Amino acid sequence: MSLASTITHPPEPEIHASHDVHEHPFYQKHHFETAEQQREAASFGMWLFLLTEIMFFGGLFFAYLLYRNWYYDAFVSASNSINMVMGLVNTIVLIGSSFTMAMAVWSAEVRNKKLLQIFLLATVVLGFAFLGIKSGEYYDKFAEHHVPGASFDIHDFVHPQPGTDEKALSVDMANKTQIFFSLYFAMTGVHALHMIIGIAILIGLLWYSRSGIYTEGYVQPIENFGLYWHFVDIVWIFLFPLLYLINRH
Amino acid sequence: MGISPVLWEFLTKWLTTSPVWPREASTIAPWTDALYIFLWLMTVFGVVLVGALLFTFAVRYRKERHPVAVQIEGSTLLEATWTIIPLGIFLFIFVWGAWLYFRIYNPPADAMQVYVVGKQWMWKAEHPGGQHEINALHVPTGRPVQLTMISQDVFHSYSIPAFRVKREVIPGRYSTVWFNATEPGVYHLFCTQYCGTLHSGMIGEITAMRPEDYEKWTKESTSGMSLAQNGERLFASLGCNSCHSGNAAAAGPNLAGVYGSKIKMDDGSEQLATDGWLRDTILNPSQHVPLGYKPIMPTYQGQISEEGLIDLVEYIKQLKNNYRIQQTLNTAKAEDVAPVTPDQKVTP
Amino acid sequence: MSTIVSLPDQTTAALPKRTYINNEHGILSWLLTADHKRIAMLYLVSITFFFFVGGFFAGMVRLELLTPAGDLMAADTYNKMFTMHGIVMIFLFLVPSVPATLGNFLIPIMIGAKDLAFPKINLLSWYLYMIGGIFVLTTLVLGGVDTGWTFTTPLSTHYLNTHVVTTATAIFIAGFSSIFTGLNFIVTIHRMRAPGMTWFRLPLFVWSNYAASVLMVLGTPVLAIAIVLVALERTIGIGVFDPTKGGDPLLFQHLFWFYSHPAVYIMILPGFGVISEVISTFSRKRVFGYTAVAFSSVAIAVFGFFVWAHHMFIMGVSNYSALVFSLLTMLVAVPSAIKIFNWSFTMQKGSITFETPMLYAFGFIGLFTIGGLTGVFLGALGMDVMLTETYFVVAHFHFVMVGGMLMAFLAGIHFWWPKLTGRMYPESVSKLAAIITFVGFILTFFPQFVVGYLGMPRRYHAYPPEFQVLNVLSTAGATVLGVGYMLPLLYLAWSLKYGAIAGNNPWQATGLEWQIQSPPLTENFLETPIVDHEAYDYEWLERKTERELQYVG
Repeated sequence: MSLASTITHPPEPEIHASHDVHEHPFYQKHHFETAEQQREAASFGMWLFLLTEIMFFGGLFFAYLLYRNWYYDAFVSASNSINMVMGLVNTIVLIGSSFTMAMAVWSAEVRNKKLLQIFLLATVVLGFAFLGIKSGEYYDKFAEHHVPGASFDIHDFVHPQPGTDEKALSVDMANKTQIFFSLYFAMTGVHALHMIIGIAILIGLLWYSRSGIYTEGYVQPIENFGLYWHFVDIVWIFLFPLLYLINRH
Repeated sequence: MGISPVLWEFLTKWLTTSPVWPREASTIAPWTDALYIFLWLMTVFGVVLVGALLFTFAVRYRKERHPVAVQIEGSTLLEATWTIIPLGIFLFIFVWGAWLYFRIYNPPADAMQVYVVGKQWMWKAEHPGGQHEINALHVPTGRPVQLTMISQDVFHSYSIPAFRVKREVIPGRYSTVWFNATEPGVYHLFCTQYCGTLHSGMIGEITAMRPEDYEKWTKESTSGMSLAQNGERLFASLGCNSCHSGNAAAAGPNLAGVYGSKIKMDDGSEQLATDGWLRDTILNPSQHVPLGYKPIMPTYQGQISEEGLIDLVEYIKQLKNNYRIQQTLNTAKAEDVAPVTPDQKVTP
Repeated sequence: MSTIVSLPDQTTAALPKRTYINNEHGILSWLLTADHKRIAMLYLVSITFFFFVGGFFAGMVRLELLTPAGDLMAADTYNKMFTMHGIVMIFLFLVPSVPATLGNFLIPIMIGAKDLAFPKINLLSWYLYMIGGIFVLTTLVLGGVDTGWTFTTPLSTHYLNTHVVTTATAIFIAGFSSIFTGLNFIVTIHRMRAPGMTWFRLPLFVWSNYAASVLMVLGTPVLAIAIVLVALERTIGIGVFDPTKGGDPLLFQHLFWFYSHPAVYIMILPGFGVISEVISTFSRKRVFGYTAVAFSSVAIAVFGFFVWAHHMFIMGVSNYSALVFSLLTMLVAVPSAIKIFNWSFTMQKGSITFETPMLYAFGFIGLFTIGGLTGVFLGALGMDVMLTETYFVVAHFHFVMVGGMLMAFLAGIHFWWPKLTGRMYPESVSKLAAIITFVGFILTFFPQFVVGYLGMPRRYHAYPPEFQVLNVLSTAGATVLGVGYMLPLLYLAWSLKYGAIAGNNPWQATGLEWQIQSPPLTENFLETPIVDHEAYDYEWLERKTERELQYVG
């Protein structure tokens, strides 16, 4: 045994000695000093992750603002062509799911397993409802040839349905509606992807909640997932007016 | 112990004949070189200073000579010194560089115009007099030349190292660069923006000629039709003249003398009629509706090549009155205008 | 006054019985580990692999450029070579190099923590990195990609039929690896510091990794979305960057460089940290102007976000934005200058020894000074017109990335090798390698400044014959450089078995990592350390050593 290492450490270090001394909650990971430290670290990490997400969506919002400024008429017509009622229903569904999620966090805090599971399940259901409505919207766009790419058709914008007060666009401006729909699909698509990932995690949480760990003090996963879910909700709160409402009359 | 003959040849022949400094062949080149030399002096000074510090400290305070380190926390004075002095130098360079940039990119008003179209993987140059060149450009010395450039496909970059100028050539918008060649000679033209497989083949020759030689070359290599003449034909064959006839009752605005003026738009803004603006009005007319006109002009997106657009732009730039437009209208009624699409690829 | 305490000869010492390496056995114990030290070693092996993959492509590029004609390989192949070189080196080597290996290993120990805040996410980072790497290798097997690492639109979206989407996926996934690493570091540094370890007692290595982490967390997602849009444009035909649909290809340039300029600071900042540690240790002196060095890292991170458009000076950004971006570029050069002088003055009145890490650090300072100052050339607007997109730029960023970052990486690997493995590297052969690397580097990249000013463009498969001499010099240098990089691979592998036993603190350095056994225990510390001294407090170290000697004696 080297002299130097004898200086700093006794020859046969007893590793687990220090662990047995203190009483820790069952959910505390070994590398944290206290449960409080663990909770703070996890919540700080979540906020940082949401910051990353803001930057992620930020690129898309920047592109949106740029092109909306350039091709305002095309953006107005294209925006009017998407189904605002569906968007509105989806907004309500999503706000509802944020509410059930908040209730789920509360249930975990008050240690009510049954309520927690009910609210988590409600959030899952509302999440699926959102995606269902969204895919209905996508289908409409597909049927109308408004999906960017080879089958894209500007006919509806150059020759609007008679009887509506929709302004007819000239061909060159109507071509720019493709930019709007590119951004529409990119933004709502990335948002929907976040929803899908969120629902997958929700189902995981629902599964693990059966053992009761979240309702015996380990609120942190529910709480942090709640942050994520609210964030996805807030992104939609920005998307809805930008994509659906820019010039409704 | 002999030196290898290959190495010997390398040392004697190659090293002595290889250039280490590009030729200075434009008015801007000496100015760029001056800044470049200054920057290298700064770099050498910086490296020597840091090197001397490291070397001195390494020798004086090596462990054998200086066994016990003296702890020093730092020195606000020194920190301030090496914050402020580099900052001052860098700001000085910023000003110098900005001055040079404006000199390089702001063309003089009397510059001669040449149009350049880049595509994978060739450079097409079009002189207003109707000379077309591929991967080559002939220019006179002693006269500012402005290139108005556009790409048909991807990003390219037009670089003439001997003139110390370079500019990105972008799809969908004009970019410009200018130079004033001083020395007659043949210089490299490179595409410096990576543009796909044959990027390194997108090169050419810039030939700077004495004005009298250039005059001779112009005469010998003309295709017989100036760009404006090509543009005039295109103007008629696309039917532009039916609306832009210059008549008071015409559906489209009068184009004579429009180039370079400020135009009032129907949304209340004012737009300056530049080369790029003229091009954009042909492709995206609904975004450029002048005050008092209806947005009825169709788009010509996808119907005119970039060369054709250049012809039209050049034509509208040269248009001083509508006499010939009305002439063509009359002729068109009388007989068919013969060649519809002018041949674009005439090379000397 | 301080006295010199020399420790007893350690050559007869043995390795500690229990370490993080022999704590568990079997391949699964490595692949499923949550221990930051083991993950660091996983990273070390994988980035070394990708370094040599990228190095192979560099070798092919240099070999092709030996002659002016494009005679060794077809133009397509050459374009794939430099593209793969860039992608592998940047996304799979430089970005994760120091943070994911040394940072991962050392940051928790340096701040007195048992692990990173999120050990499983740390492992996930490595897996994401590997999946990204596998996608890159898949691209290679399928036939490669030739967009250049910059993915310029519309070239990458409409004009190439190589495997752009696969590569985009690789970069997207590897990007999340770096986001998670950065996130983990930030949370760890904020929340896991040992009692008494205040912000201004942190080693500068931690500061610089912190600054780099901020850039990773805020910059990488913007690249991710840009890459997603490129992939969508190729696959389903959306038109955000497509000029024929009204999109603006310059928008892609903005989004791409918004990440990719800060990315160069992600690459170099952790290297700054290594150099601070090395210079201080071998001068036996506290880093001169600790706070200035710490804050200059933060300043670089902040300013680094506002200079991206200096990559677009010739692309037709407006004159006024060109002015602003040029000015900010000049400002971001200042903190680097501050660091250089602070490192130099750290040596003043020190007691300097010249072990291998110190030699690499000297190399770093010299080459980084040239690399940094040639960056000022490119930040000056009018000069940039001539120099951009030529070999001058290539030389500049290789001086910073290879001359700077790679030197720093090797300095760090040698410096902490005893801590990582418990064994010393062989000193004389490693000094030789350091010198070979330095000479090879200068020979490879200095001629490129000259050929760049002559006007030779980047990414050229064939070039005019008058540039040949300089290119031959460069290729010759690359050969030397190759030897310089192979040597450490060989002797470090050798030292794993035959190297001298290092002991806890072979350099008599002050960091917390040197106060524990080498290699460390799985949980790093027997009990949470309580920090009662500043960083780089050599007098504290002497008092401590004396006390321990008395205790033993």
